[in-house]
Amino acid sequence: MLRVVLSRTFPRISGISNCQYSAAAIPVPSAQPEVHYNKLFINNEWQDAVSKRSFPTINPATGEVICQVAEADKADVDKAVKAAREAFRFGSPWRRMDASDRGLLLSRLADAIERDTAYLAELETLDNGKPYAVSYSVDVPMVVKCLRYCAGWADKWEGKTIPIDGDFFCYTRHEPIGVCGQIIPWNFPLLMQAWKLGPALATGNTVVMKVAEQTPLTALYVASLIKEVGFPPGVVNILPGMGPSAGSAIASHMDVDKVAFTGSTEVGHLIQQASGSSNLKKVTLELGGKSPNIIMSDANMAEAVEQSHFALFFNQGQCCCAGSRTYVQDTIYDEFMERSVERAKSRVVGDPFNMKTEQGPQVDEEQFKKILGYISSGKREGAKLMCGGGVAADRGYFIQPTIFGDVQDGMTIAREEIFGPVMQILKFKTLEEVVERANDTKYGLAAAVFTKDIDKAHYISSGIRAGTVWINCYNVFGAQAPFGGYKYSGNGRELGEYGLDNYTEVKTVTIKVPQKNS
Amino acid sequence: LTGSHHPSNQVEQCKSPPSTVGKQGNMSSEPGNCQNHQDHDPDHGDAGPAKQTMPMPVPNLEVQYTKIFIDNEWHESCSGRKMPVHNPATGDLLCEVEEADTEDVDKAVQSARAAFQLGSPWRCMDASDRGLLLNRLADLVERDRLRLATLEALDSGKIFLMAYFVDLMATVKTLRYYGGWADKIQGKTIPVDGEYFTYTRHEPIGVCGQIIPWNFPVMMFAWKIAPALCCGNTVIIKPAEQTPLTALHMACLIKEAGFPPGVVNVLPGYGPTAGSAIAHHMDIDKIAFTGSTAVGKLIQKAAGDSNLKRVTLELGGKNPNIVFADCDLEYAVEQAHSGLFFNQGQCCLAGSRVFVEDSIYEEFVCRSAEKARNKVLGNPLVPGVDQGPQIDQKQFDKILELIESGKKEGATLECGGGPWNRNSLFIQPTVFSNVTDDMRIAREEIFGPVQQIMRFRSVNEVIQRANATHYGLAAGVFTNDIDKALTVSSALQAGMVWVNCYNAMSTQCPFGGFKMSGNGRELGEYALQEYTEVKAVTIKISQKNS
Repeated sequence: MLRVVLSRTFPRISGISNCQYSAAAIPVPSAQPEVHYNKLFINNEWQDAVSKRSFPTINPATGEVICQVAEADKADVDKAVKAAREAFRFGSPWRRMDASDRGLLLSRLADAIERDTAYLAELETLDNGKPYAVSYSVDVPMVVKCLRYCAGWADKWEGKTIPIDGDFFCYTRHEPIGVCGQIIPWNFPLLMQAWKLGPALATGNTVVMKVAEQTPLTALYVASLIKEVGFPPGVVNILPGMGPSAGSAIASHMDVDKVAFTGSTEVGHLIQQASGSSNLKKVTLELGGKSPNIIMSDANMAEAVEQSHFALFFNQGQCCCAGSRTYVQDTIYDEFMERSVERAKSRVVGDPFNMKTEQGPQVDEEQFKKILGYISSGKREGAKLMCGGGVAADRGYFIQPTIFGDVQDGMTIAREEIFGPVMQILKFKTLEEVVERANDTKYGLAAAVFTKDIDKAHYISSGIRAGTVWINCYNVFGAQAPFGGYKYSGNGRELGEYGLDNYTEVKTVTIKVPQKNS
Repeated sequence: LTGSHHPSNQVEQCKSPPSTVGKQGNMSSEPGNCQNHQDHDPDHGDAGPAKQTMPMPVPNLEVQYTKIFIDNEWHESCSGRKMPVHNPATGDLLCEVEEADTEDVDKAVQSARAAFQLGSPWRCMDASDRGLLLNRLADLVERDRLRLATLEALDSGKIFLMAYFVDLMATVKTLRYYGGWADKIQGKTIPVDGEYFTYTRHEPIGVCGQIIPWNFPVMMFAWKIAPALCCGNTVIIKPAEQTPLTALHMACLIKEAGFPPGVVNVLPGYGPTAGSAIAHHMDIDKIAFTGSTAVGKLIQKAAGDSNLKRVTLELGGKNPNIVFADCDLEYAVEQAHSGLFFNQGQCCLAGSRVFVEDSIYEEFVCRSAEKARNKVLGNPLVPGVDQGPQIDQKQFDKILELIESGKKEGATLECGGGPWNRNSLFIQPTVFSNVTDDMRIAREEIFGPVQQIMRFRSVNEVIQRANATHYGLAAGVFTNDIDKALTVSSALQAGMVWVNCYNAMSTQCPFGGFKMSGNGRELGEYALQEYTEVKAVTIKISQKNS
């Protein structure tokens, strides 16, 4: 299942030993890691909520409460923004720091996270339900790589000198935007935190981050590492809390200069509205998707089946880029279906701390019920249930790997984001037809095509309206490559050099000179 | 972070049989000719900061690595020859080092070529892992910082604290900086006309020969290997025969960090033999050289005579440092002083033509001479000493000869002017005033502690005079007037212009020369161009869309 991600995550050479993991080397986890931090992290200190309220965080594999966590609300957001604003003050240690030293701090944070890989992976699995083998060998190593990558940018984010007309000398400075609000989801808690912090800190901003109420624990542990490695107080503030209270306070805050949100398209609308009704803060959004995965008849069948399975079922189907519309060319449709069903039936669902487990529980009851509702709608609207379709355990939020065949473009399961282990397989005849159907969605996050034909590969990758197109692969992420959506799937790009733009104000400085020369 | 002055933990890691024991310290403190140059007494350390916080040289340091480093292994020279390595402060023999020649270069090229084969571990490695290796190497240099700084001071005669705080700091930062670039060297996709899809790949050039000088041995080593490795090349590097020791220690760290065999090969040897073999080699794809302009010409010719290998050169300079009357005088005097005397004057960047505006000329000369007279010469390992010996007898003789020419041609000797401490390689800090542009000391690179101060009247005049040289490496301007600063910095023909500062270098900032000071740029993003070939790939497609 993890082949693609693993091959990107594990360096192929033995020379680099410390960052090398192999399935055999994954340490036996503790299924009950101790929780060290459950308060708000403001100004490098642990604080109770002003309201003194707390909320429970649940282990989705059992439905049991792990612990109570301080619940941030508007008053706490105000405190955090004040701290972040002070850390961003002109002349502050953070503003005066050499860019290379910002990079060094991020590198040290990566080192500290790498050191605590096993613990963080345990905590992630406990709080989110994803299999420990995945937390350990995918999520945490990708976090480390993301931070290292961004660390390198810190002193390479260069302005320009510009040959403008007239007797002037003109240059640009790439300045940080200021206090950045960041609101992250529960599906990849650690990784989303790194995607948000890496570019924001590399470019010199300060951060007020709200983590998802379902999965606050690993972010708070990382907060302790942020303090440990030496970030100045106020540079990063981490607030567990609810969207309608803490999240809304960030989005509407008059002293937050930018907000970055990853989550549903529905909430993305609210964030953009809040910016418009407050201070026009810059907005970047990474939202939902209904990503087409197109299998041409000339594709390598075994590879296409396995990759398409992985494209949808990875992370319990809880990926915004999940390949949830699998378009298969008619001549291979039956064989593809048969093999996909076989693969889904063999998927191991169960205790996420068990090394053999491929699929854990959904993150919470709300998602669980929502997914079951979509499965019912699929049956009701006439799709053919090929396997799964029900609950997979008598406690926790487990759902059977489910496949629908004969899915039509107009069905709810072909139009809406399910965010669960439910695969839709659709039939197509021609290249032109499939491109048109693939684009017939309000989303535009990701897409893939499987084919051996170089022309088809180019035709589809040019024709699809999506921020990421994978050819003969799926879910291939690198910190170096930008990620983001067309249309309702978002605004702006994360990762890569492009990700830095979203955290930068460009200042043009023009100086009168007595005489210009080339 | 920056400039943190805590001594790194010295961990003895790469053990190998120690060779000749280098004796350090005990330099006789014979009174010098120049009475103002007192020997340093550590107990009166008024100049030195608190001793507890200062790093101290490793006592009785043993030289561990004296062989040729090829394919991650230590080799004896094919010829069986060795060369002596001296401590220039004492004249003592530190050790003997294997002397590479043509045959050894051939061996190294074979190894570097094999490491560069398509499908090799080095070629298949993720770019981010190349970056990680460079970062690891930086960590190891940081761990061995005291040892490397001590070795550098012993081998080159430079002040230990300078080696520690300047050379080693720059080395670590350079390695980290290029560690970060490795996975950010991005090609482009290009909107060509027609039904095509075009993209560029930035590929490594291949086997790179690198020849480095003795004035900043370990720092030059880092400047050369870091961009080359970050772009994915393999390297054959020849350190200067005067100062091979830190390069060999670096070789050991390169292996420890986990670079595959053959990626870096370190060959101590002489220019006319090993250096020439590299420059002429038919299977070396690129050569980078830092050193004199005279040898730079030989390198370029050798490339032309052999396989048209790509050439980058960082050569000499005769750098103007222009001081306007409206500047902060005391600060300018101090910057001009360190701009020349830093590293015993052995810098290609040395501000060796100080142009001072008429109205402040006398005052500037007086204060500059005063500063030079107060310099403390002595054992470079001892805190409080400002100036060590010149690197070797040849340089020493050349500098004294140029000082004599200055006297003969009519410049005014303000202070210094001769050797210090008989039977050694020390030269008194020397200041000449009333220097005119045609004098040899105003035209030739002295590469020693000899400052020339000239007088000027107008902006246009000083620009013209500053540019009247075949060099074009660096320049300084001191003024508080923004118009003058921008006018002069635009007009000067030099690769670096410093305004109200001198020698302000950093790894992010490109470095290199106009005119006969060189070819290409080191450091910064610009250096990546010197170590990459751009490949444009164009694919016919059935239908193009924007």
